[in-house]
Amino acid sequence: MYSYNDFDEAFVRERVSQFRGQVERRVDGSLTEDEFKPLRLMNGLYLQLHAYMLRVAIPYGTLNSGQMRQLAMIAERFDKGYGHFTTRQNIQYNWPKLPDVPDILGALADVEMHAIQTSGNTIRNVTADHFAGAAADEVADPRPYAELLRQWSTDHPEFQFLPRKFKIAVTGSVNDRAVIAAHDIGLQVVDRDGQRGFRVLVGGGLGRTPMIGKVISEFVSEADLLPYCEAIVSVWNLLGRRDNKYKSRIKITVHEHGIEDIRARVEERFAHVKPTFGGVDQVLLAEITEAFAPPVYRATSVAAYEAVRDANPAFRSWSDTNLSAHKVDDYAIVSVSLKKQGETPGDASADQMRVLADLAERFGHDELRISHEQNVILPHVAKGDLPQVYAALRDAGLATANIGLISDIIACPGMDYCALATARSIPIAQQIAVRFDELKLEHDVGPLKIKISGCINACGHHHVGHIGILGLDRAGVENYQVTLGGDGTQDAAIGERAGPGFSAEEIIPAIERLVFGYLDLRSEPEETFLQTFRRLGMEPFKAVLYPDKEGKRDAA
Amino acid sequence: MAKAFTSKVVTANALLEGDAVWLTEDDRWTHDIAKAELLTDEAHADLRLIEAQMRQHEIAGAYLADAIETPDGPAPVHFREDFRTRGPSNYFHGKQTEA
Repeated sequence: MYSYNDFDEAFVRERVSQFRGQVERRVDGSLTEDEFKPLRLMNGLYLQLHAYMLRVAIPYGTLNSGQMRQLAMIAERFDKGYGHFTTRQNIQYNWPKLPDVPDILGALADVEMHAIQTSGNTIRNVTADHFAGAAADEVADPRPYAELLRQWSTDHPEFQFLPRKFKIAVTGSVNDRAVIAAHDIGLQVVDRDGQRGFRVLVGGGLGRTPMIGKVISEFVSEADLLPYCEAIVSVWNLLGRRDNKYKSRIKITVHEHGIEDIRARVEERFAHVKPTFGGVDQVLLAEITEAFAPPVYRATSVAAYEAVRDANPAFRSWSDTNLSAHKVDDYAIVSVSLKKQGETPGDASADQMRVLADLAERFGHDELRISHEQNVILPHVAKGDLPQVYAALRDAGLATANIGLISDIIACPGMDYCALATARSIPIAQQIAVRFDELKLEHDVGPLKIKISGCINACGHHHVGHIGILGLDRAGVENYQVTLGGDGTQDAAIGERAGPGFSAEEIIPAIERLVFGYLDLRSEPEETFLQTFRRLGMEPFKAVLYPDKEGKRDAA
Repeated sequence: MAKAFTSKVVTANALLEGDAVWLTEDDRWTHDIAKAELLTDEAHADLRLIEAQMRQHEIAGAYLADAIETPDGPAPVHFREDFRTRGPSNYFHGKQTEA
């Protein structure tokens, strides 16, 4: 993976040192909160309901074991012994104290990490497919491009005061695991006529006004990637609505001007921008690509793995749900669930982080990934090592066999932590997961993505959940709206609102009705919830969600 | 007729720890909303907020939150403010550990 060069190192260290001075001046009273707030946000430091929160970027979700151990150390020394992995491949610490934050940033810099541009109206952490570099179905590893974009966007002088935040995601595969259609720019690596390039989407996003990204170009060559992205951001930087925060994102700009108009403006701008790049980006890209060379794979006994699979039903169940196809036959991609039923989605204790770091080092070519679905990935595990990996995960409470199932829920921190939230998300996720575990139904129900947001900003991606849950404040009471039929893959779709919301007490039984309703409605056990919804539409699901209403309608 | 004034407390986050604090009648910041000054007069509430906001070296983000009088002292009205008096629901962390 990529290692900082002298420039990166000096830049990050300087920012830590600047922030140390800023914190000192805030603490001694020479900076007011109004003066300090933009400075702390530039360094990922928020002030939440109960404490400060530090959001640390994990570029394209990639970590090595040393970095994971440092995240564990920070959790233990400066926080309450855990960290929260987010839907944007970041980690958040919920309890740092202001005077400690410069030391935390220093500890991050020691392992080539930082919290720069994890907040504010800038280009945020560039995210990527969490199976990058390992997936059997990918055209190319998207991470070199994500790293190139990270270097280009970090402290980019033109893009420090954008109309609003700006998010870029990259996938190297047709099967989109990075939700690129819900990003300001979504990039898909493609090969065309022997040439490497990108299919480019623009103007996707969730939040208050959810939009699926539109194709601005079917093919941008590798050499044109940075100038083309610069042209997009530059056009929006001038055109984007600064008068109204709710209309400032590029999705609204694209919606208001139309994709043809935006495409024409971007192409015009591109013609100006392209000559200014002069090829240095391609030199960098070549160096970066070298840093992402695949590991030297080892040969292990697949027979031993098969034997344990036959002998141990728990291992078999876990390997059925938590393994994905690796591009090398005798390897597997291991998804480690941070969704043990009843636990907080995305949270890992310092001990668990160290177990994951050790496993990556011993069995995983020293690589870890964080997924936007708030799980941890060991991308390169030889099949012969899987029984040992499984045993270690089980001992650490990390062997929950539920990837892609109903309890593998995305949930934002909600009003348990977040100052913007309008309702809690975590307890709803916990209760749903526990309920379906009690019913022993998860595996019968099959693939089902529930995504929960505690406010309209949609950090929990509820719009693209097969079942989406949005927590709102209705006249001083928590209320949960249900959307159905959302999809975050290459067939991206925004979920449709089912009807009136439910109270905190009503929402779990409502989800239960919905799932039992699906089991009755599906044409065969292989038909997934989403397929059934697409076949039948909203009405039959609405009928099971709102049985009383249906009864009244029948009676009328 | 103007809408009746709902009683308030001045609340903020402590500068160093970032946790929720409330302003007392004798100008201290308390961790216990029940010890806060209940503000029943709108003009006085506005004045107390301005005074609180001037104490930048102690707190951040002061605002007025609705509160009601109880035999034990002021108590929150909205669930958000109630959560701020306790901490998160997923772990035994925050204010609930101080009681």
